[in-house]
Amino acid sequence: MRLRPSPLVIVATLALGVLFLKPILVTSQTTTPAPLSAYQVGKEKSGFIYLDAPLRAMQNDDFSNPGYLWVQKGQALWSTADGTNGKSCQTCHSAAETSMRGVGARYPAYDPKSGKVIDLEQRINEMRVDMMGAKPYKWESPQLLALTTFVKLQSRGMPVDVTTTGPAHAAWVAGKTFYDTPRGQLGVSCQMCHVQHAGDQLRSDTLSQGQTNGFPTYRLKWQAVGSVQRRFRGCNAKVRAQPLPFGSQQYVDLELYVASRGQGLPIETPSVRR
Amino acid sequence: MCEPRRSIAAAIFALLCMGIASASTTVVHDTTLVPYTVVNGTIPRSLTAVPGNPAAGLAIVKNRKLGNCIACHSMPIAKEAFPGNVGPNLKGVGGYLSVAQLRLRIVNAKLINPDTIMPAYYRVAGLTDVAKKFVGKPILTAQQVEDVVAYLSTLK
Repeated sequence: MRLRPSPLVIVATLALGVLFLKPILVTSQTTTPAPLSAYQVGKEKSGFIYLDAPLRAMQNDDFSNPGYLWVQKGQALWSTADGTNGKSCQTCHSAAETSMRGVGARYPAYDPKSGKVIDLEQRINEMRVDMMGAKPYKWESPQLLALTTFVKLQSRGMPVDVTTTGPAHAAWVAGKTFYDTPRGQLGVSCQMCHVQHAGDQLRSDTLSQGQTNGFPTYRLKWQAVGSVQRRFRGCNAKVRAQPLPFGSQQYVDLELYVASRGQGLPIETPSVRR
Repeated sequence: MCEPRRSIAAAIFALLCMGIASASTTVVHDTTLVPYTVVNGTIPRSLTAVPGNPAAGLAIVKNRKLGNCIACHSMPIAKEAFPGNVGPNLKGVGGYLSVAQLRLRIVNAKLINPDTIMPAYYRVAGLTDVAKKFVGKPILTAQQVEDVVAYLSTLK
């Protein structure tokens, strides 16, 4: 009598296969395209809505999304020991897919230790210094972008959920003031472009609401992944204002305010933008 | 009897005129820029002694580092295929706005509407965080403002 694999064995084999494949699937999947309505909450519209179809498709396919190169680098850094304590992120946090789920959606957030609101990049660097005995990554370095992108990816699809009350409130107010203040030789505020004139054309570009739920983002103009603060600096320069240094508290406060405008929008990191 | 009444009326008229004048006339002194007087939503007097040149104005309007007007406004200019629509279409603007009205709108449209995104092209004071290379400089010189005004007034 020949042994034939029973249906049970086949199912078990398939299940095992899926289990082994799962780690790959978690970080690299072709997401089922969500309806456009998923990218809007009330009046708040993700930059995704302002993209044309090919770019939406590029973002939604992890194999064609160039931001995934940064994700992969970040994934490698996650488990690479660094610093005098011989630890990696993984040493304490184990699998990022579980431990980092939802974290990116909550940043910037108040940090009791430093007594101020900090962003995700600063949180990562704080961990490196305090827990790993490692040097902080430089702002906008490939490493910091990669790790931030990888951590934020773990919240993909979750709603932006920043806290603007309590000890974070003063920073939120400062961020709103920055947002509403006309700057530079052109005397243009964030609000004028991204609230008053969102949806209008600036030459052939459509002004978006300037939402940050997709950051760090792969920007075609940069041919690279970049941070929210890099985008702020670009906007400031465009209105002929002096861009602030990376990591300045004013920019972190602004990050919080802008994130709060898009409260509830899905995290899209790594998004693709023009 | 007539004389005193007339003189009282004249005095009242003069007072009224002063009232209107003080409410609608503002002299603007902005650092080293040419001072100008705003009267009822206009700047009646040219900023310079040299009349504006419409051809030079057209070049400024198209230049991305000067007027860059096309970024926000549709204008009747050939080969400018992708104008913005942040501001109104300027076709015919010279027909419904006077030279004096156009001048104020270029110099500082925020004196008409403080919330407008339209940059003040001839202003230095009261700006925030201006990039170092632009500190103390207006976007356009007084003569460039006059050139743009001259160009816009031809759009009828």
